Amino acid sequence: MADATDPIVEVDDLHKRYGDVKALDGASLAIRTGTVYGLLGANGAGKTTLINVLATLLVPDSGTATVGGDDVVHRARAVRRRVGLAGQFAAVDGYLTGRENVEMVGRLYGLGRRDARRRADVVLERFNLADAADRRAAGYSGGMRRRLDLAASLVGRPEVLFLDEPTTGIDPASRVDIWTLVRALVSRGTTVLLTTQYLDEADELADRIGVIDNGRIISEGTADELKDALGANAIRLRVREPDVERTRLVTAGFGGSVSETGGQFDFPAAEGNRTLLAILRRLDDEGIDPLDLALERPSLDDVFLALTGTPHVETPEP
Amino acid sequence: MTATAFTDVVTRPGRLFIDTWVIVKRNLLRTVRLRQLLVFATIQPIMFLLLFNYVFGGAIGASIPAAAGGNYLDFLLPGLLVQISAFGAGQTALGLTEDLSNGAIDRFRSLPMARPAVLAGRTLADLIRNAFVMSLMLILGFAIGFRYSTSFVEFVAGVAVVLLFAYAMSWVMAAIGLKVRNPEAAQTAVFLPVFPLVFASAVFVPPSTMPSWLQPFAENQPVTVVAEAARGLMLGQGALGPGQTVAGQVGLAIVWCAGITLVAAPVAVWVYRRSTR
Repeated sequence: MADATDPIVEVDDLHKRYGDVKALDGASLAIRTGTVYGLLGANGAGKTTLINVLATLLVPDSGTATVGGDDVVHRARAVRRRVGLAGQFAAVDGYLTGRENVEMVGRLYGLGRRDARRRADVVLERFNLADAADRRAAGYSGGMRRRLDLAASLVGRPEVLFLDEPTTGIDPASRVDIWTLVRALVSRGTTVLLTTQYLDEADELADRIGVIDNGRIISEGTADELKDALGANAIRLRVREPDVERTRLVTAGFGGSVSETGGQFDFPAAEGNRTLLAILRRLDDEGIDPLDLALERPSLDDVFLALTGTPHVETPEP
Repeated sequence: MTATAFTDVVTRPGRLFIDTWVIVKRNLLRTVRLRQLLVFATIQPIMFLLLFNYVFGGAIGASIPAAAGGNYLDFLLPGLLVQISAFGAGQTALGLTEDLSNGAIDRFRSLPMARPAVLAGRTLADLIRNAFVMSLMLILGFAIGFRYSTSFVEFVAGVAVVLLFAYAMSWVMAAIGLKVRNPEAAQTAVFLPVFPLVFASAVFVPPSTMPSWLQPFAENQPVTVVAEAARGLMLGQGALGPGQTVAGQVGLAIVWCAGITLVAAPVAVWVYRRSTR
């Protein structure tokens, strides 16, 4: 068994290009055994490409990636024994029952018929699908399909589980279910690499978070470290509609990136309370009476904004 | 944790066999449960059999070789088996594009399974489905008056030659499906090679009735060769043209089937592997 402090997944300077698009542009990261690594990025940032390389579905143009010391290109078969993949589009066969789906994957992991059946029973039970196990998956709800997909990816007891946007497009209750399941897995020693567009999901589950943008990891750390790196604090200011125009000019003078939504301004407070005081003074000079002005600890949203220069937009549910 | 979970991994040839069987089973379950697919796959050839026999039979009957005894049905059925095997093989392309678009292939790829099993399982399952549809056709054929004039063994050999062709065509369709990737586009793409092969052939009418520029193609292309091999095996020497022997046509048909498979299968496997780049 590898030492718990050794990285089980190592990615070094991966490049992958599709025509003119650099899907991966020097991505590097390391994941320690038994931890959850959250890969946070917008659509098209390179999350899925990175997962696909690690799951041996895609060969990178350059750079290396290993899982448990095995190279994903040259020892792909060994890697496939160690990993499980639950994709963004749950690869569940609607014409098969839940049990048949899981058993099939178990058999393809190399399990014998009896083992596959026994383990299918166990994971279906654990994922609350025992009652629906003999119904065709086509009749499952979105959340059930995700759980079934997850169950199937675990039937081979992978050391490392790749979860590509496991909760995109499912209802909030199922989302919380999936979170609970992921936490339970980690407590059993599984290492998880999770991609997400949802900041709260990364905050909730991940031990370490890597922010990916344009195919590279632009920042990495615990949620707290990322927030601290931002200067610890942020200012949230709300003004009345007629004052918005002038407030915009005021906040622009404070540098940093300002995000503005309907009369609410969020921006980093480089010097904490002094920045707060300064802005209060400037507002007073301008005769602007703020509705609300507060110094706040930054959210991951602020981190995202500061790092990528674009406000984080949650994609509408399909 | 049972770290020993994978020490029971079977040796590679064994794995290929087991994994292929798992995929065959999965594909057959899908076929059986996707009722429309099975129903249409069956109704279409039955319609062809009934329409061609009763609508064109009278007109075409006069121009067919004597061994068929002027009975168009006897002439038609062996050829029609070849036609439906070619149409049926199209399902290989459609099934694969569907698996590509719904993520099933990605899942298979991420598993430590024998890689050729995905394609081997797909083509084998399609062969079994094709054999099933063909048996229905034959039962109906017998019911409306088809009779082979050779022995039962030769009749079965005739069916076997057609199945060999069905398998070869499945690999062609696998390559097309993997290349096209889009299920809707594949729908059209699979019929492009199939229509000319099936209609400019000896399936429905003897090529001697076609314009002279078309005859060389119609007489020598694989669908004709296989149809004549099946006809020879089921109806005897008299069903063939002058200068042809049953053994010669069967040999030629086997060479065509083997040749098509030997070219198409590596291409399909190559396209499959390449799509990881």
